[in-house]
Amino acid sequence: MKPAPFRYARAGSLAEATALLAEAPGDAKVLAGGQSLVPMLNMRLVRPTVLVDVNGLRELAGIAPTPEGGLRLGALTRHAELAAAPAVIERAPLLAEAARHVGHAAIRNQGTLGGSLAHADPAAELPAALLALGARVRVTGPRGTREIAAGAFFRGLLSTALEADEILIAVEVPAQPPGWGFAEVARRPGDFALAGVAAVLGEGEVRLVGFGVGDRPLRLSSAERLLAGATLDAETAARAGTAAGPDCDPPSDVHGSGEYRRHLATVLAERALLQASARRAPRPR
Amino acid sequence: MTAPSERPTVRFTVNGRPVEQVVEARRTLSDFLRDDLGLTGTHVGCEHGVCGACTVLVDGRSARSCLLFAAQLEGRAVTTIEGLTPPRGLSPLQESFRVCHAMQCGFCTPGMIVTTTELLAQEPAPSTETIREAISGNLCMCTGYVNIVRAVERAAAARATGAGA
Repeated sequence: MKPAPFRYARAGSLAEATALLAEAPGDAKVLAGGQSLVPMLNMRLVRPTVLVDVNGLRELAGIAPTPEGGLRLGALTRHAELAAAPAVIERAPLLAEAARHVGHAAIRNQGTLGGSLAHADPAAELPAALLALGARVRVTGPRGTREIAAGAFFRGLLSTALEADEILIAVEVPAQPPGWGFAEVARRPGDFALAGVAAVLGEGEVRLVGFGVGDRPLRLSSAERLLAGATLDAETAARAGTAAGPDCDPPSDVHGSGEYRRHLATVLAERALLQASARRAPRPR
Repeated sequence: MTAPSERPTVRFTVNGRPVEQVVEARRTLSDFLRDDLGLTGTHVGCEHGVCGACTVLVDGRSARSCLLFAAQLEGRAVTTIEGLTPPRGLSPLQESFRVCHAMQCGFCTPGMIVTTTELLAQEPAPSTETIREAISGNLCMCTGYVNIVRAVERAAAARATGAGA
C-alpha cells in the first residue's frame, strides 16, 4: 500500500500552484489535507505524476464573515475549524454540525473544506450541507476565476465542474435562516453515512438535501414541492419524508441495500425537518 | 518557482529534534519515522487512514502519519509516542493504561495514547461518551475498548486531583 512514484512541489503562491497544474495538464493533483487523496494514492486508484502541495497558501486560508451575514471560507479551512469556529457556529450552524460528523478527530484536523468538495464523495456531509445552504464555490485557473453554484458544481460520483487545471479557492455561504436540521445514520461515528439529510427552511422555500442516496448530494425535490407553502407540522414532515423516497437513487453495497438507504432517507428527512421546525419556532416564554 | 521533484528536501522537527533530509516524494511520514529515523513506536496498520495505529501529533494536533508525506512536514513539529514517553518510566497516561490493563497485543496502543493525549489536552475531564467518540477512529482488535476507556478516565481523574497516575 505505497503510492506509485510522483514528483512533489510545494507551491509558494496561488499563481505558482496554477502554473504547476498547467505544466502537467490532467496529470497533476492538488494536495491539501490529503485525507481522501492519499488513501487513493496508497491504493493506487489514482497515479498522478505531480502533486502540488497548496497547504502553505495564505490565499486559501481563513474564515471571514461577509457583510450580508454569510461567510467566506478559504478552501484550506479544516473540518475541525469549521466545527469549532464561533463565526461558523453563529452564521452557518448547519455547516458546523455537518463538519462534526466528518471522520474522526485526526481526519478533521487535516481534512479541508476544499478537498471534501473537490473529491465529491456522494456520502460526504459537507457537500450536502453546502448545497442545502445554497453556497457558491469559487475556483481559479488559466482562464480566470469563476463562481459555481453548489447545485451545478457536483456532477456525479467523485465528479465536479472543477477542471483539471483549476483550483478550488473558496466557498461563499449566504446567511443561514434559523430553521435547519441535520440527521444521518452511520454504522459507527466517523464512518461515511449510509444515508443522511440536511434541511434549511428559507423564506417561502425549503431546501432538503440527501447524501449517500445517489451519485452526488441530491435535492429531494418532490418533498421540497410538497412543503412549499405548507405549514410544517409533524404530519407534513412525515408526508414529506415519504415523498423523499422516490427522489433518491441509492446504491446497494456491503454496508446496506439501496432499499434500506431509501428507507433511511425518508425517516431522516422527517427528522431533519422536525429539527428545523423546532429551531425556527419562537422560544416559549 | 519550485520545480516538482522526486526527491525534495524537508526540514522539520521530530520530538523536538531538528531533521533535515532528502526524501523520496512518495515517502509517507509513517515510513519515514520508522524506516529512516528508527522510531518504530508508530505502528503501521492499514496505510489508508482507517485504523489509527500510526497516529502522531503535528503541531500538537493528531494526524494519520500514513496520510501525510514526509515532504509536506516542512517547518512543522511532529511528536510521536517516543516523544510522549519520559526518558525513564511511563507518562501518567501510559501508566494508567498499564494499571487498567488497557491493552492486549499492544499494536493499537501508541495510536491510542497519542489520540487520547490530544483529547485530554483539549478536554481535561471528558465524559465516557466523549472518550469513546475520541477513540472511535482507533481500531483495537483485542480489548473491546472497555479498559482503554477506563484508563483514560483514570488518567483524567488523577490529573484533576493532582495525584499523578
